[in-house]
Amino acid sequence: MAGAAVLGRLTWLLAELVELVPETPRVTSLVLHVPGWPGHRPGQHVDVRLTAEDGYQAQRSYSLAAPANGERVVLTVEELEDGEVSPFLTEELRPGDRFELRGPIGGYFVWDGSIGGRLSLVAGGSGVVPLMAMLRHRGAAGVETPATLLYSSRTLDDVIYREELDRLAGADPALTVAHTLTRQHPDGWQGYARRIDAEMLAEVIGSPDGGATAFVCGPTRFVEVAADSLVGLGYDPSRVRTERFGPSGS
Amino acid sequence: MSMESADLKLDGNAIGGLLGEVFVGELTVARSTCGSCGAVREIGALAVYAHAPGAVVRCPGCDAVLLRVARGESRIWLDLQGVSCLELRVPDD
Amino acid sequence: MAYITRGFRGRRDVDESGRIPPGQYETHDFPVLSAGPTPHTPLEQWSFTISEDGEELARWNWDELRALPSETITRDIHCVTKWSKLDTTWEGVSVDTLLDGVDTDAGYVTAWSDGGYTTNLPFEDVTGGKAWVAFGYDGEPLDPEHGGPARLLVPHLYFWKSAKWVRGLRLMDDDDPGFWETLGYHLYGDPWREQRYWGD
Repeated sequence: MAGAAVLGRLTWLLAELVELVPETPRVTSLVLHVPGWPGHRPGQHVDVRLTAEDGYQAQRSYSLAAPANGERVVLTVEELEDGEVSPFLTEELRPGDRFELRGPIGGYFVWDGSIGGRLSLVAGGSGVVPLMAMLRHRGAAGVETPATLLYSSRTLDDVIYREELDRLAGADPALTVAHTLTRQHPDGWQGYARRIDAEMLAEVIGSPDGGATAFVCGPTRFVEVAADSLVGLGYDPSRVRTERFGPSGS
Repeated sequence: MSMESADLKLDGNAIGGLLGEVFVGELTVARSTCGSCGAVREIGALAVYAHAPGAVVRCPGCDAVLLRVARGESRIWLDLQGVSCLELRVPDD
Repeated sequence: MAYITRGFRGRRDVDESGRIPPGQYETHDFPVLSAGPTPHTPLEQWSFTISEDGEELARWNWDELRALPSETITRDIHCVTKWSKLDTTWEGVSVDTLLDGVDTDAGYVTAWSDGGYTTNLPFEDVTGGKAWVAFGYDGEPLDPEHGGPARLLVPHLYFWKSAKWVRGLRLMDDDDPGFWETLGYHLYGDPWREQRYWGD
């Protein structure tokens, strides 16, 4: 199993920024070096803590974007307009800067291929991040079980990891990626162009014949629509794992 | 834009870090029995209201409060009264 | 000791007013904090009661509450989660008005709300013009997310004492710790003495 089973209190580690990778106009990936990182499983997250000189602290959770890779940790952060932490991480941080981080957290929202059965993924906005860690792991580990991602974004420019998703899907007949754009779509757009609903989920994800596990991640309301629809399609509630992000950023 | 408290609801994962300060091992996969309705669920599947002076964890089925956790400087307070049983996995050594 | 991150300041204004208690930061939003789903009691079923030892001493339905003399007040509010909001405007009935005619020597009250929330206060902290049952905020009916149709308003203490969705006051001989007070939060909660937690 990837990652050591570390027992002990979760404590803060120091992460050093190695590189910033712009993903979309609002989203940046942070490649970090974290000495002492115990490894993690796809789907898990970290808590990040920033402390100002006068002791003021702010803490947020971010999903790990890539599978375990020694002491290298990747986070993908959406800059929220009125945010306190995300603008700092995406605009102020420079390679070499360090901040506190603890994890990995969340054994519940994890897929590393050991569950078996089809993998059904539903992502709303930056909710795609933990699901991308699962797909990256699936690709790298050569897992062959079929997987489907239904990914909702505002516009085409907001689709995170777009080229990589196209590439992964193009190279693997067992992986399907479907997009829906909710605010604006380009002329000639072939994908969906509305908020997710039961009908879209029925067409893209379908029923869980033969056993399937679903992971849904995104703003709270998005997750509730998706999770309810999946249960309506026949998924047992225990096979629909959710990670709500709270209110959507805008 | 009015923020509904429906938007504020999170999953048990959201307090994984906080619980990790108290418990050894991964608590989001621990199974809790709701003292009110008897439903057994992984902590990760519970409803968490964390925008508050503390985190309140509720049964998604009956809304009963299962756990409450507050953190203040160097103290953590934990109320598990709503959980009639907690099942944790430990290594078999 | 936490690691200080170069350049991080957080979203804070410098306190030029002298009105921000220690450890607090001014906000211009009105953050919604919640311990559970928002109750939605229909107004026809709503009531506010004052009771003691299980005996109801006074009761108002919604129309009766709204018929009482009310006032508009402007106060600063301070949440234990560290945000303070200055000059918030409320409309409500003073708790003094509600207690008018109630004969008691209770030392404490427990405010209780729809959804099961409770908070405890000394009797003298809800009287003498210090507390209201508020049904309006910023010129509008109080939004359910902020405690509507009515909440307790006790601005001189941390805002968890201003119980949302309040339905009544129980007059008590003893100080009976409420929802947050049983989970580490200070029994009294004076923001100017930074009484956030037990023993502060």
